[in-house]
Amino acid sequence: MDLLYKIFLDPFVQMGSAPDLLLQTLWEGLVGGVLYALIALGFVLIFKASGVFNFAQGIMVVFAALTLVGLFALLTRVGVSNAHLAAFAALGLTVVVMLGLAIAVEKLVLRPLVNQPDIILFMATFGLTYVLIGLGELIFGGEPKVMITNELFLPRGAWDLEIFGGFVTFQHIDIAAAIIASLMVAGLAVFFSKTRIGRALRAVADSHKAALSVGISLEQIWVIVWFASGLVALVTGIMWAARSDVSFALQIIALRALPVLILGGFTSIPGAIVGGLIIGVGEKLGEFYWGPLLGGGIESWLAYFIALVFLLFRPQGLFGEKIIERV
Amino acid sequence: MRLKALMVGAVLAATAGAPAFVTAASAQDSIYVPLFSYRTGPFAGSGIPIANGMHDYLDMLNARDGGIGGVKLAIEECETGYDTKKGVECYESTKAKSPVITNPYSTGITLQLIPKAAVDKIPVLSMAYGLSASAVGESFPWVFNPPATYWDGLSIIMKHIAQKEGGFDKLKGKTIGFIFFDGGYGREPIPLLEQFAKKYGFETKLYPVPAAEMQNQSAQWLNVRRDKPAWMIMWGWGAMNPTAVREAARTNYPMDKFIGIWWSGGEDDARPAGEGGKGYLTLNFHGVGSNYPALKDIEKHVLGKSQTQKDKFAENLYNRGVYNSVLIAEAITNAQKITGKKAVTGADVRRGLETLNITEARWKELGLPGFGAPVTNVTCADHNGHHAAYVQQWDGQKWVKITDWITPMKEEVRPLLEAAAKDYVEKNTGWPKRTEPCDKK
Amino acid sequence: MLYREAGQFKTNYFADQAVFPIRQDRIGVAIILLLAFVAIPLYGSNFLLQAVVIPFLIYSLASIGLNLLTGYTGLLSLGTGAFMGVGAYACYKLTSLFPGVNILIWMICSGFVAAAVGVVFGLPSLRIKGFYLAIATLAAQFFLQWCFVRIPWLVNYNVSNAIEVPQRMLGDIVITGPNASLHTRYFTVLIIVVAMTWIASNIVHGRIGRMWMAVRDQDIAAELMGIRLLRTKLLAFAVSSFYCGVAGAMLVFLWYGGAEAETFNINQSFFVLFMVIIGGLGSLLGSYLGAALIFGLPILLRLLPDALGVPMHSATIEHMSFLIVGGLIIIFLIVEPHGLARLWQITKQKLRVWPFPY
Repeated sequence: MDLLYKIFLDPFVQMGSAPDLLLQTLWEGLVGGVLYALIALGFVLIFKASGVFNFAQGIMVVFAALTLVGLFALLTRVGVSNAHLAAFAALGLTVVVMLGLAIAVEKLVLRPLVNQPDIILFMATFGLTYVLIGLGELIFGGEPKVMITNELFLPRGAWDLEIFGGFVTFQHIDIAAAIIASLMVAGLAVFFSKTRIGRALRAVADSHKAALSVGISLEQIWVIVWFASGLVALVTGIMWAARSDVSFALQIIALRALPVLILGGFTSIPGAIVGGLIIGVGEKLGEFYWGPLLGGGIESWLAYFIALVFLLFRPQGLFGEKIIERV
Repeated sequence: MRLKALMVGAVLAATAGAPAFVTAASAQDSIYVPLFSYRTGPFAGSGIPIANGMHDYLDMLNARDGGIGGVKLAIEECETGYDTKKGVECYESTKAKSPVITNPYSTGITLQLIPKAAVDKIPVLSMAYGLSASAVGESFPWVFNPPATYWDGLSIIMKHIAQKEGGFDKLKGKTIGFIFFDGGYGREPIPLLEQFAKKYGFETKLYPVPAAEMQNQSAQWLNVRRDKPAWMIMWGWGAMNPTAVREAARTNYPMDKFIGIWWSGGEDDARPAGEGGKGYLTLNFHGVGSNYPALKDIEKHVLGKSQTQKDKFAENLYNRGVYNSVLIAEAITNAQKITGKKAVTGADVRRGLETLNITEARWKELGLPGFGAPVTNVTCADHNGHHAAYVQQWDGQKWVKITDWITPMKEEVRPLLEAAAKDYVEKNTGWPKRTEPCDKK
Repeated sequence: MLYREAGQFKTNYFADQAVFPIRQDRIGVAIILLLAFVAIPLYGSNFLLQAVVIPFLIYSLASIGLNLLTGYTGLLSLGTGAFMGVGAYACYKLTSLFPGVNILIWMICSGFVAAAVGVVFGLPSLRIKGFYLAIATLAAQFFLQWCFVRIPWLVNYNVSNAIEVPQRMLGDIVITGPNASLHTRYFTVLIIVVAMTWIASNIVHGRIGRMWMAVRDQDIAAELMGIRLLRTKLLAFAVSSFYCGVAGAMLVFLWYGGAEAETFNINQSFFVLFMVIIGGLGSLLGSYLGAALIFGLPILLRLLPDALGVPMHSATIEHMSFLIVGGLIIIFLIVEPHGLARLWQITKQKLRVWPFPY
C-alpha cells in the first residue's frame, strides 16, 4: 500500500507542493529534449536520403566541436589577436572541414557500397566512427577542452524567475540553445520543403531508382545531407560542450538520441523534434519524481522503455511511414 | 580481385602470426618498469596528466642520476584506454620482459591482476584506488595501495565537515548528499557513509551518475536542489567531474560545501566552470605546483622532450603521477638496500614496498620537501598505511591548500577492511596463505 | 590440384548431407583441431594463450551466438554484452549458492538463465523489426547493466561491486580461480567451444536452422508456409542468448578471473557485432574468422612498431590503431560485403580449378 502510494500519489503531491521545481524539471527536460532532437535530426536526414543508419553521428558531434576548438587554438597561436574574429574564423573553417568530411564519406564509403544491405552500411559507419576517433585524437589529443562560448558571443549567466514562492532558473545558454536549435530546424524544414534540392531529396527518399531516372544526382544529394547533418552535429557539439566540455565521452550522448528515433520514426523530421521533446521531458520527470524509488540513475534506460511502450502501439514510430509488406 | 584477396589473406596471416612479434627482452642491465596509462578513451582527460607525471619523474631519475642505484630504468608505457581487455593484454605482453612492478591504473584491471600477482611474482601498486581490502597484507602480500583507501578518504572528509560544523554532534539532523560514479568505484564508500550516518545521526542522500550520463547530470542536480543537503560529497572521475562542478554552480549550490575525493581534483575539473567553480573543495595527498627541487629537475632534464605540454606541467594530476613514481622509485631503492643486488626483481621490489618508509627527512632528500605526508605506516600487515591527506580549495585559478594534514579515522576503517579481506579469502577457497617472510624496516 | 573432389563418390544420402562433404575439408578440420589440442598448448607462449587464443575462442562463441540471431534469423541485436553479463552473473550466483555442484554444469546452466532473459527482451521482435528492433534491444543492454550495478545481491554484497571468481575443482584439477593453470583453462574453453560449435552446426543444418532462415528471408512468407513466427523468433533469441551467456560466464571465470558491471557495457555488444558482420552473416566459420580479425588486428597493430623497431608513443599507436581498424572495416566491407566467410568460399572455388584459370 505504501509502495502504491509512493508510485501513484506521492510524485503528484510533490509536483503540487513545489510547482517551481516542477517548472524547473520541465524546462530542463525541454532543453535536453531539444538537444536530443538535434542529434536525432542528424540521423533522420541521412537515413531519409540514403537509407544509412549513421552510427557515426555521435562522433561527428565530438569531431566538429574538437575541430572548432582546435582551430581556434591554432588561429590564436599564429597571431589572430581578436578572440571573436578567431572564433568565427574557426567556425567558418570548421564548416569547410565538415563539407570536406561529407565529400570524403560520399566518395570513399557510400559510393563503393551503393546498393548493399542496410546492415552493411550501418557497419561501415562504425568503421567511420573508429576512423574519426583515431583522427580526432591523433590531431587534437585526447584531453578534454573548454568550449569557446564567450568568444562565440554565447551568453552566460542566468535569469531567476521568482514564482510560486520559489524560483526557476533559466540559463542563458539553454535559452540560446533552444532558440538556435529551433531556427536550425525551421531553416532545414524550409530548405527541404521549398527548394529544388529539398524536393530532390524527398524524391530520393521515396525511390532511389525513380529519382535517378528523372536526372537527380544521387551523389550530390548525399553530399548535401551529410553536410547538413555535419552542421547539425556542429551546433549540437557547441551547445552540449558548453554545458560540460569537449571530450570523447560526449559521443555517448548519441545513444541517448536513439530512443527518440524509434519514437519519432526514422524518416520523419517532425517526428525527431516531437520525439526529442517527449523523451527529454519524460525522462527528466521520471528520474526526478520516480527515480528515487529505484535508487536513482534510471535515465539510462527509461527513455528506451518510454519509446518501447509507444512502439507496441505504433511499430513505425509516431510519424513514421506506415510499413507495408508484401510477400 | 586477386590482389584484394591477397591483401586480406596477408592481414589474416599476420594476425595469426602476431605473437611471434613478442620479443623477450633481457632485463640484465636495467630495471623494467611498465606504466599502464590511458591517453585515449572517455577518461583520457584524467589519464594523460597522470601518465605524464609518472613517466617524467622516472625519466628524470634516468637523466639526472643514471637510474636508481646506478641501474637504468627501462620505462615503457602500455595504453589501456581504461579498458580491462587491453589491460590484460598489456599485462601479458609486459610480463615476458620481467617487470618489477605493475601500475594498473584502473580498478577493473587491478581486480584481474590481484590473483595473478602472487603467481607471477610481480607486485601490484594501486595507489589509492583498486580493491580497498588489499590493504590487508596478511591476505594480499603482493598488492599495495598506499597512501590511503577510499574509506580513509571519506573519513577525512567527514572530519573536515565536522570541524566546519563545529563538532560531530552538530551533524545530527543534517542532510549530506553523495554524488558518485555509478560503478564499483563510486559505490565503495557507501557502507561507511551509512555507518557514519547512523552513528552521528545525519541523513544521507545518494545521487548516482551512470557511466553513460557523465555529461548529463541535470536530473541529479535538480534532486540536490530539492533535498537541499548541507554538504555534498563527490566520488567522480573523468568527464563526470567538470560537469558536476558546472551543474553545482548552475544550481547555485554553495561551492565551499561541495567536496570531492582526490580523483575529483584536477585543474580541468574545476576550471571549465569559470567563476562559478570558485570555492570547490577536494582532498589531496601531495603538493601542487612546481615549487620543489625535484620538479625543477624534471623541468631541466625532461620537459620539452616528453609528451607533457608546458602549461600543464606540475598541475595536480601531474603531481599525482609524480607521487606514484616516487613510491615506485622508493620501493626499488629499498629493494636494492635489502638484497644488496643492483638489478632487482619483482620479488625484491615487493619487499621494498613492504619496507616503504618516506619520512619527512626522506621527502626532503628526494627534493620534495613537504610534498606528501610521511609515508611511514606501511608494514607487512598493513599495505596501505592510512596516511593523512588535506583539503584544497579552487580559487578560480589554482588549487590552494586550506587545511593541515588530516589523519583518517583508522579505527573505523580498519575493521571494515579486515572484514572485506576475510570475505574475499573465504570466497576464494584455496586462496594461498601468506608464505613471504617479513623484512624489518 | 590439391583441392579437388574428383573421385570422391557419395553412395548414400547420409554422406550427401555431411557438413564437410569434401575429403580435403575434413582433413583440414582435423589439422586445425590437432593444432588447437596439441600444438598450441605445447608450443604456445603464455602471452599467446592468455591474451590471444583464450579470448579469441570465447569471442568466437559469443559471435556464433549473435550470428544465430542476426545472421540466421535476421534479427539485429545490440544487447549481446548484457546477455553475456547475465551468463556471468548467473554463473557466479549459482556457484556461490551451490558450491558443491561442478562449475562446468553451472556454466551451462547460466546459459539457460541468459536464454530466459533473452526471450523476455526478444518479445518486441514480434511487433518490430530491423533497426527499430536493434534499438529496442539496446533497452536490454542499458537496463541489464543498470541491474548489474544496482543489485548487490548479484555480487554477494561485495564492497567493490565486482565478481571475484572463486576456486572450483573438477576432481583434483583446479579449473577456475587464481590457482587454475593456464593450460587447464585453455583446454576447458577449447572443449566447450568446440562442442558448442558442433551443436550449433547441427542446429543450423537441421529443421530449426531452416525455419530461422525462412524467417530471415521473408517472415510473412515463412508464416504462410506454416512456420510459427512467435516460437521461431523467440527460439532464436533463446538459443542465441544461451550461447552468449555461456561465453560471458567463460569470459569471467576462465579468462578475466574477476569483473565489474562495466565489463559488459555497450562496447562489448558492438565488438561482437563487428565480428559477426566482418566474419560473415549466416556462417559459423565466419564467426571464427571475424573474431580472429577483430580481436587480433588491434593486438597486431600494437605489437607492430615494437617489432619493426620504430619508436612510437603508446598513445600514438593506439590512435593509429583506431584509424587503421576503422579504415580496414570499411575496406573489408567494400571488398566483400558478405564477409570473410564469403572470401574463403571464393578462394575455395579458385583452388578447385587451380592451376587452370577456367
